[in-house]
Amino acid sequence: MDFTFDEQQLAFRDAIHKFLMVEAAPEMLREVWETTKSGRSAELRAKLADQGLTALSVPEAFGGIGLGDLDWVLVQQELGYFAIPDSLTDSAYLAVYLLTHLPADVQLKREWLPRVAAGTARIAVGHPVNPLVADAANADLLLLWHDDEIHALTPDQVQLSFNPSIDLSRRLYKPAWTPSPATRICPAAQGRRLWADVLDRAALAASAQLLGLAQRMLDLGVDHAAQRKQFGKPVGSFQAVKHHLADVAVKIEFAEPVVHRAAQALATDDPRRDVQVSHAKLAAGEAARLAARKSIQAHGAMGYTWEADLQMYMKRAWALDAAWGDAKFHKARIAAAILTPGARLGPGTTF
Amino acid sequence: MRLQYTERQKQFRQEIRDWLAAHVPKQTLPSFDTAEGFEAHRQWEARLFEGRWSAVTWPQEYGGRGCDLIEWLIFEEEYWAAGAPLRVNQNGVFLLAPTLMEYGTPEQKARFLPRMASGQDVWAQGWSEPGAGSDMAAIRSKAIRDGDEYVINGQKIWSTRAVWADWLFGMFRTDPESSRHHGLTFILLPLNLPGITIRPIKQLNGLPGFAEIFFDDVRVPVANRLGDEGAGWNVAMATAGFERGLMLRSPARFQQTARHLVELYLQNQASADADPGIRDAVIKSWMDAEAYALATYRTASRLGKGAKIGAEASTNKIFWSELDLLMHDTAMRILGPLGELMPDAPDAGVHGPGHGWLDGFLFAQAGPIYAGTNEIQRNIIAERMLGLPRS
Repeated sequence: MDFTFDEQQLAFRDAIHKFLMVEAAPEMLREVWETTKSGRSAELRAKLADQGLTALSVPEAFGGIGLGDLDWVLVQQELGYFAIPDSLTDSAYLAVYLLTHLPADVQLKREWLPRVAAGTARIAVGHPVNPLVADAANADLLLLWHDDEIHALTPDQVQLSFNPSIDLSRRLYKPAWTPSPATRICPAAQGRRLWADVLDRAALAASAQLLGLAQRMLDLGVDHAAQRKQFGKPVGSFQAVKHHLADVAVKIEFAEPVVHRAAQALATDDPRRDVQVSHAKLAAGEAARLAARKSIQAHGAMGYTWEADLQMYMKRAWALDAAWGDAKFHKARIAAAILTPGARLGPGTTF
Repeated sequence: MRLQYTERQKQFRQEIRDWLAAHVPKQTLPSFDTAEGFEAHRQWEARLFEGRWSAVTWPQEYGGRGCDLIEWLIFEEEYWAAGAPLRVNQNGVFLLAPTLMEYGTPEQKARFLPRMASGQDVWAQGWSEPGAGSDMAAIRSKAIRDGDEYVINGQKIWSTRAVWADWLFGMFRTDPESSRHHGLTFILLPLNLPGITIRPIKQLNGLPGFAEIFFDDVRVPVANRLGDEGAGWNVAMATAGFERGLMLRSPARFQQTARHLVELYLQNQASADADPGIRDAVIKSWMDAEAYALATYRTASRLGKGAKIGAEASTNKIFWSELDLLMHDTAMRILGPLGELMPDAPDAGVHGPGHGWLDGFLFAQAGPIYAGTNEIQRNIIAERMLGLPRS
């Protein structure tokens, strides 16, 4: 029993943190938000690839690093902390998972996995839990659900209509397309399990990003409260403000181990991984929502402006909280597992 | 990261499980806040000690098993799952003992620890005073050096278990000229000394779970001092850290309550679902109890690798005390008009598994207050974890 990450995992996380601190400052994020039509920066994508992030879970045989869910979860927290405007997760984690686990079709793997690893291909993933497909217009390939089958489409095979989000760096599209035997790359019998597994990984990634976002919003709230003076002293010296922010710290402290356990559950194919992922999503979502609410309060009127950086992190948090399974979806999965006679509950059943 | 138990840990779990199955009293003991219940719980501590289960994290020489924190968590899980009696000597075993191990002389350890482990000495704590609650540095009770003795005068209050306990650990002002956290000294003393008057204080449930203690020229040998004279604040902070930290409230306690709450909900689902919020609160209770367990395993793992417990002890205190309130509020919502009935009321009916919902509900009200109010904890988090300026 050892609930800690190893030195190498933590060192990688620290390196990514330092890298993003320099390369993904709020000014860069704002520029992508306000000036780019695609909501994406090719330059940023190239830098993420240089750090090995696009290759993280691509198998070594296909030009990747071959790491797993536990390594991703720490990276995802950092992607959340810096609100990275990129489809890295969909391409390099989710699509790679689907492609890697496809029965047989080596051709497709050979074609796409090395390109994802190199950072030269974006792949969008359309799962029925989401009404829209993120980053579909930027994608070189789309992996779409149809009756539990997996279909692979090139951009010319799909008609997209753009749906603007309050988070300007989210690029959401409704795809119109016709499934055919030619587009089908995996039958429903195997697809069902793959779609379930990719949903859990996507929800885990969103949970970890929400945790990172919660921490960032807390840090922004603390910074503001420590600098802004009223009645001759920093507003952060007043108990009412302190207690708002302390409550956020408590929520983060108790959500993080839930998220990390869910990552380990996916990495080890734990039979209860779906419940653990749902727990992670709910706990991290709660932390992020509270962080948004308390941080905007600590910011005062500034928090309600476009000008303050906080807005970008809040909007990402509000969006992610409902992406890849909203609270209704995840609560129902937990209820099904625990509100049933004979469920394995109580002391000694955690692991 | 490895979230599986080792074979050795599994064996340990089986060993305590078997022992508890053979020894836990079939009948629930009377409350340890009655004279009869106190003695029954003291005898239970003696039985635990015979099996070497009363203080598993202590070194073997004092009656423990030298368990690490993961094994302690396993012990607690089995202990709560078995429905074993509450620990009458909790203040001694979990709060004073770690401080004694750190600051005690070899003589003090040999003198106090084995008798504590066996329940021969049950300990009460003497921190608060009428004018020193959350503001512990406002302590005024004096212990003035007179040769080889301290002469104690003053008053302590809210001393848990003090009505029937044998010994008290607490903090006194040895330097009458000092103020705040200077000049305080940590002293251990038997509660039957001449000059000590104990006034029981009834708690919400009508039982004297704590007491007020008056000291009138009470003479205590200097050998009963723990740590240096004037160093009491630092010695006590170590205890307060343990209290807020891991050992005061193990996750197993809340996981057991959460399990009982799920069972209570399922037994009453038809009526409970008429209030849609109840189902949500039951799910939330399970999630938070689980999160508390996960967080504790993480802290135990980190401590096992040499980390120190910091301000996260304050986040613990807030989290478990609010969870305990949520769970008991939810149980009372399910029970509806039966909730107010005392357990022996003839028409109380079956309160479902776990019973004791009313007792638990009352006790949960104290959680955000004792061991440092949650407001104080939030200040600590804001100032020490987040670095916000002091007011």
